[in-house]
Amino acid sequence: MSAPSAAGPAELVRLAGVTRRFGDGPPALDAVSGTIEAGAITGIVGPDGAGKTTLIRLMAGLLLPDVGTVEVLGHDARTGQAGIHAGIGYMPQRFGLYEDLSVQENLDLHASLRGVPTADRAEVFARLLALTDLGRFTDRMAGKLSGGMKQKLGLACALMGRPRLLLLDEPSVGVDPISRRELWRMVGDLARQGIGIVWSTAYLDEAEACDRVLVLDGGRLLFAGDPEGLTARVADRVFRLSGFEGRRRAVLGRALAHPGIVDGVVQGDAIRLVVRDRSVLPAVIADAGPGTAALPARPRFEDAFVDMLGGGPGAGSALAEASRFLPRDDARPVIDARGLTRRFGDFTAVDDVTFEIPRGQIFGLLGPNGAGKSTTFRMLCGLLKPSGGDARIAGYDLRRQSAAARSRIGYMAQKFSLYDDLTVAQNLDFFAGVYGLTGDHRRRRIELVSGIFDLGPRARHPARDLPLGVKQRLALACAVMHEPEVLFLDEPTSGVDPITRREFWAHINALVEKGVTVLVTTHFMDEAEYCDRIALIYRGRAIALGSPEDLRRSAAGPDLPDPTMEDAFIALVEASGRREAA
Amino acid sequence: MIAPGLHQGGEAAAEMPGRPHRLAALVLKESRQVLRDPSSILIAFVLPLVLLFLFGFGVSLDASRIRLGIVVESPGPAVRDLAESFRGSRHFDAAMGHDRRVFEEALALGRLRGIVVLPAALDEGRAGRGQPEIQVIVDGSDPNTASFVQNYVRGAVAAWAAQRAAYTDARPPALTVEQRFWFNPELSSRNFLVPGSIAIVTTLVGTLLTSLVVAREWERGTMEAMMATPVTAAELLVGKMLPYFALGLGSMTLCVVLAVFLFGVPFRGSVLALYLLSAAFLMPALGQGLLISAVTKNQFLASQLALMSGFLPAFLLSGFLFEIGSMPAPIRWITAVVPARYLVPCLQTVFLAGDHWPLFLRNIAAMLVAGAVLFGLAARSTRKRVA
Repeated sequence: MSAPSAAGPAELVRLAGVTRRFGDGPPALDAVSGTIEAGAITGIVGPDGAGKTTLIRLMAGLLLPDVGTVEVLGHDARTGQAGIHAGIGYMPQRFGLYEDLSVQENLDLHASLRGVPTADRAEVFARLLALTDLGRFTDRMAGKLSGGMKQKLGLACALMGRPRLLLLDEPSVGVDPISRRELWRMVGDLARQGIGIVWSTAYLDEAEACDRVLVLDGGRLLFAGDPEGLTARVADRVFRLSGFEGRRRAVLGRALAHPGIVDGVVQGDAIRLVVRDRSVLPAVIADAGPGTAALPARPRFEDAFVDMLGGGPGAGSALAEASRFLPRDDARPVIDARGLTRRFGDFTAVDDVTFEIPRGQIFGLLGPNGAGKSTTFRMLCGLLKPSGGDARIAGYDLRRQSAAARSRIGYMAQKFSLYDDLTVAQNLDFFAGVYGLTGDHRRRRIELVSGIFDLGPRARHPARDLPLGVKQRLALACAVMHEPEVLFLDEPTSGVDPITRREFWAHINALVEKGVTVLVTTHFMDEAEYCDRIALIYRGRAIALGSPEDLRRSAAGPDLPDPTMEDAFIALVEASGRREAA
Repeated sequence: MIAPGLHQGGEAAAEMPGRPHRLAALVLKESRQVLRDPSSILIAFVLPLVLLFLFGFGVSLDASRIRLGIVVESPGPAVRDLAESFRGSRHFDAAMGHDRRVFEEALALGRLRGIVVLPAALDEGRAGRGQPEIQVIVDGSDPNTASFVQNYVRGAVAAWAAQRAAYTDARPPALTVEQRFWFNPELSSRNFLVPGSIAIVTTLVGTLLTSLVVAREWERGTMEAMMATPVTAAELLVGKMLPYFALGLGSMTLCVVLAVFLFGVPFRGSVLALYLLSAAFLMPALGQGLLISAVTKNQFLASQLALMSGFLPAFLLSGFLFEIGSMPAPIRWITAVVPARYLVPCLQTVFLAGDHWPLFLRNIAAMLVAGAVLFGLAARSTRKRVA
């Protein structure tokens, strides 16, 4: 085995002009160059389909580039696969564990494959089990571990041969915020000991915490360097406007209409704006109405990301313009859940959840995967019978008048549940039929939504071939075709790039202004900021309920004056744990 | 925490003689999974049981209790005697009538398998006016059954004629059918169906189960995790093969025990021959399974392909149900590449006739060649790459 020669001592990976295609479409990676250094966490950042997994697999020696060279630990990927595999640890998406083997058996297997001598094993296992805190669970089947524990076991397996380079492909997907933080801390320790860490993610808040980032979009490398270098481009251009209680969505809409605004999102009671330069600010403030105050805000990675892509989509939603106003005179809540409970066998997935949502509000169910969000959600749209409790939609009992209740609902399922084999036009036609639209009305509504969501040019394409963002638009088009009073959105922006996400929320915000009520589930902590109120769901129970501001404020303390939504979540989970223990 | 010495760690691991360790670890892992996975047990032990019971009890190619209509046009003594012998036979369930039109509708509806018209000439035949003609009308839309009925009726008539000749002292019967059955004197189809079905069962374990478990590793991402370790492609392949080879032999043993002790199928050959034949057959079967999963990487596709390219040919083109000799020539040529066609005749021989080494060795050689080709292809498509 030759010592690393071509690469410098700190450079573990060198990519030079790497292009990789699959099939005929645009390349998954297009002329990407860059380096990965030892002793640092390098984030590979981008939305789904950006090329993150392809890049990691190239570095793991599991793919070869069509063009360009990949050099890992001094070995060329084309000729030195064995050398690469001897020196890396790799955790694929979903952790790559044998679910029907126990924790110990998974560790044993990796120890043998990585040639850990029998004499050393006891010490190696003890060290890894201590690091991951899995010592109590060695006999448990890997399939029975929580997402966070699987992630740690995957990490322990990947660390088995003392790798110099650790490749982690989307390690935080399906993991609750607490486990995510623990993993982040462990990986930080490893980096300090000199290991090079590659961490791919679609979450831009994770990118901010990396030492270096490679930002990918559509297979192209947009940025390489430290995240501060990227956020510096929007320095002094980010502001937080507040003082217009209750009108934030309308204010945001008007602000985005200004040509000098690059990007804007709702953030709790306030709105967050990225401006082209400060001179537009007075006009925007004047437009927002009396009492509006603008304060400079710390720029975030996402602000810079959107700025780099040329800014957000701007204001307005043709969808909302074409929709009727729903009267707000009815004082009854549109969605009313009382003591909702759902058991599967002896497992209680949802335990006594109560909330109500007035007309024209966005209500968020926030929580990690497996917390019970989707179960709650599915009971409310009549897809699952509750084991206990009541649910009403627009005054109709879901048990007894489920048809009447359901006709008022528009539902957009996780992963957009479209018929992949049908074309865009056929999908629209099918959903129009499902919602009972007929004749002329049906034709007009289909034309309208095709126009609004710009689906016309792709009408004859099968849904399977659409980019993720277009799929999302089509799914929303299908869900709103029959002008529902209530919109159910299940993880609507998961994996979608930030621009498409803003476009999506522009439509939703505008619909809400017209009186539509929205229930949304999400595990994106920052997405919770778009909501008027949130229920934090954890282990089947609603542990907190309130506006995003309320929840964040409740977590504030002397050492954390301005907590993020994630800080708030962790604080509230810990508080609920303490209450249970007491 | 990570101790110093980190930087040499990777290099040192690569120099370690890890090969036997790695293979043993893979085999151990696979065996644990087989024992814990209900679907492996299902395919390797429960499905064979079901198939064996099906072929042992449910499916019989023997025509027993064929429903016939016997038309007696004029009841002379010979005609009546022959009609009675149909009624008395355990092969037939005969109804009597005087006009074939009585039975025509029942035949069309499938309530009868055939109509036998016994002519008055049968009695007059004694006067020596040529050969009496017995007319057999069968439902040609089901040619298989039709030819069974025809043969059985012919056999029954011949038996009757012979018997009658023996004690009426008349001339030898005009119609003689010579049929002799060797090795399966009871003519029980079970005796050759059950050994043949062992080939089907072994195909299930070797091809279907193996292709499923490898495809599952691709789907769950475990294959990817394995491939990023120092393990070699050959180790991955052999590590998969060995446990399923053992499982295939185990499932074959279960079938043989049941065949002999439950179904009473005679076993006239040697256990050694049986195991050699099965082991040789498992080579192409496993090779095919590994090839399918390496190409598809998807459980649904793998199961479809395994059924189409493994199970169905083993079922239809191996001589298990249909005799290869009576197939049209092009189909006969196709059977040459169906590994099961080399096993089925050997199994039938080892059960019903005994060891016949020239036949065994020829077929073992053919199976090993097929196995070598399939394994070569599987090894070529199993690289340590994901695409």
